[in-house]
Amino acid sequence: MKRLTSVIATGLALGLSFGAQAGTLEDVQKRGSVSCGVSTGLAGFSQKDENGTWSGLDVDVCRSVAAAVLGDASKVQYKPLTAKERFTALQSGEIDILSRNTTWTHTRDTSLGLNFAGVNYYDGQGFMVSKDLGVSSALDLDGAAVCIQAGTTTELNLADYFRANGITYNAITFDTSDQTRAGFESGRCDVLTSDQSQLYALRIGLKDPSSAMVLPEVISKEPLGPVVRQGDDQWFNIVKWSVYAMVEAEFMGINSANADQAKSQGNPGQQRLMGVDTDSGEKMGISNDWAYNIVKQVGNYGESFERNVGQGSPLKISRGLNAQWNKGGIMYSSPVR
Amino acid sequence: MSEKPQVKSSPSFFNNPRNRSIIYQLLLLFGLGYFFYSIISNTLANMEARGIQSGYDFLFNTAGFDILMSLIPYDATNTYGRTFIVGLLNTVLVSIIGIILSTMVGFIMGVAHFSHNLLIRKLATAYVETFRNIPLLLQIFFWYFAVLAALPSARQSMSLGEVIFLNVRGLYFPGLTPEGGASVVYAAIAAAIIGIFVLKRWAKKRQDDTGQQFPVLWVSLGMLFGLPLLALIVMGFPFAWDIPYLKGFNFRGGITVIPELMALALALTVYTGAFIAEAVRAGIQAVPHGQTEAARSIGLKEGKIMKLIIVPQAMRVIVPLLNSEYQSLVKNSTLATAIGYPDLFTVFVGTTLNQTGQAIEIVFMTMAVYFVVNMTISFLMNRLNSSVALTER
Ligand SMILES: N[C@@H](CCC(=O)N[C@@H](CS)C(=O)NCC(=O)O)C(=O)O
Repeated sequence: MKRLTSVIATGLALGLSFGAQAGTLEDVQKRGSVSCGVSTGLAGFSQKDENGTWSGLDVDVCRSVAAAVLGDASKVQYKPLTAKERFTALQSGEIDILSRNTTWTHTRDTSLGLNFAGVNYYDGQGFMVSKDLGVSSALDLDGAAVCIQAGTTTELNLADYFRANGITYNAITFDTSDQTRAGFESGRCDVLTSDQSQLYALRIGLKDPSSAMVLPEVISKEPLGPVVRQGDDQWFNIVKWSVYAMVEAEFMGINSANADQAKSQGNPGQQRLMGVDTDSGEKMGISNDWAYNIVKQVGNYGESFERNVGQGSPLKISRGLNAQWNKGGIMYSSPVR
Repeated sequence: MSEKPQVKSSPSFFNNPRNRSIIYQLLLLFGLGYFFYSIISNTLANMEARGIQSGYDFLFNTAGFDILMSLIPYDATNTYGRTFIVGLLNTVLVSIIGIILSTMVGFIMGVAHFSHNLLIRKLATAYVETFRNIPLLLQIFFWYFAVLAALPSARQSMSLGEVIFLNVRGLYFPGLTPEGGASVVYAAIAAAIIGIFVLKRWAKKRQDDTGQQFPVLWVSLGMLFGLPLLALIVMGFPFAWDIPYLKGFNFRGGITVIPELMALALALTVYTGAFIAEAVRAGIQAVPHGQTEAARSIGLKEGKIMKLIIVPQAMRVIVPLLNSEYQSLVKNSTLATAIGYPDLFTVFVGTTLNQTGQAIEIVFMTMAVYFVVNMTISFLMNRLNSSVALTER
């Protein structure tokens, strides 16, 4: 129903608004907070703890935008959204950014009136099975019942993969990740499929994580990143460069601990990123120390990764594709200059 | 000299109440039309400006996703338009099952309220009070995640004679594959149904003319089963059994009733049944007790009193109430999405909307469907209502 409400809100917003849309930046500054769409709870990416504090890799994108725009990373309002609700929530203006493990695809980028502002995690779709099923490859899954979440790229990749390999399956589609997991645990399905990172996150949420395993196959490319409304280039730039700033800071060796030092005595590139002798912020309508605030308050990309999904977290995901380009990965920031 | 005849001056055009009201109506119509026109064209312009795709062309594009259950052949290479039909049929299926079963449960429970047996009476009250007061969504979750999810795995299925199986993946029972000669059996079924209608009319006429009664029910049942059975024997059973068997992870073959359908149908039945039971109780209570006494005094048996005196009068109260219960049931079936039963709402407003992003078109189509389905129910129930209504002679 929440979804229907936001579809109707989108309809009304589109039907009743005349003339150009107001700038998101002004709205955010007036409101004093960034409204950010996140998942309903996915370990490592966006998750609420018992005190009601959100954390995760996707949450850090929201926080870095708040740090850049408002100078305070904590000025974020989180809106938990299921996969099905997320795009209408953004279109209707309910949120300013969607940062909810969302795959950048051509259709989404070109037909929803939305823009992807970068990639904060390179992922791929995988399969999780119960160990006592005794399968070691996805190709052994002929006839299996597969639990998936509605409104995801997962639904489409799954159909492609099974058809390409000439094997059959039954897709059981749920609305939220909790229901999907419950379906898997009750034995309604043999397999749970999703982006691999999310499989690790779902696995540690099982009653007995060691009873399940993730199969080696990765069947798709899933570049996950934040999304904004199309047509507000200023806001698009701010979000895009907030993500880049974290990656660039890691590349330059600046982190939350040495940000002050980099600002006062770093090399020219470091000082520029930290807002010394530059109008990089002004060009986007925000203060020039925007990137300094991000790194100081949220950290660089590597710190955020390790804290949320890497070695400092229960997920223990290795950097892999998400390492810097000069360290064997493909994380690469355009230069901030 | 010619004098013009004195015409009685009629009120001016605008003072004529008829003309006035027509003008007002036209103005209102024009105003409303303009209102909707400007909203729609403004929406389209805004969507265009924001780069949101619009129009109905997407219905012809390949869907690319699979659907758990479909009454017509469907796979991922079919179009989004077909996903609409698949979802629609699944909605109709669960609604029909729900309407039939909840009516049965509701009538039994409603009549049980008047039982002479205290236990049965209390049971009926407890049923109504419990299931009417628990939110439907909770009941759906209960059946799905508590009851059906507790069933054994496919490899440890419960079975009935090794042909019917029940497990956490659903209920599997044998199907029949028609072979040559099957059409004779279908013809026999059709003949039996037509025969029953003819018989009924004949028996009524006979009773009207001579007062003699004919055991229509028993003869009808005999025809309904006897004729097809005869055809089966003559043709040498022209069907092959398709018995479900375990292969790999799951059962294959036969007919599968998925647990999502079972849970949703059960929840809708039990929930709506409680409301129908109340409607039936109200209907029966509305028939004055004097009617029963009068019927007894002319020597009718209890069963006949129910059938000939009470029920026809109670129906006048019950039918309008049933109409709204049925409509609610259809609308409530959209809660399917919570457990992934692939009804119109789950498939079309869920997955199709998400893959195409065409929210406005899809929501509009879906609203139109529920509107049409409920108007159809209303239409049928109104006809039923006028057939039970009091006819003054
Ligand atoms: N990356 C994919 C899948 C995203 C997705 O929704 N994944 C599920 C994994 S089960 C999830 O995160 N669910 C969390 C939630 O519903 O809040 C997409 O963009 O379509």
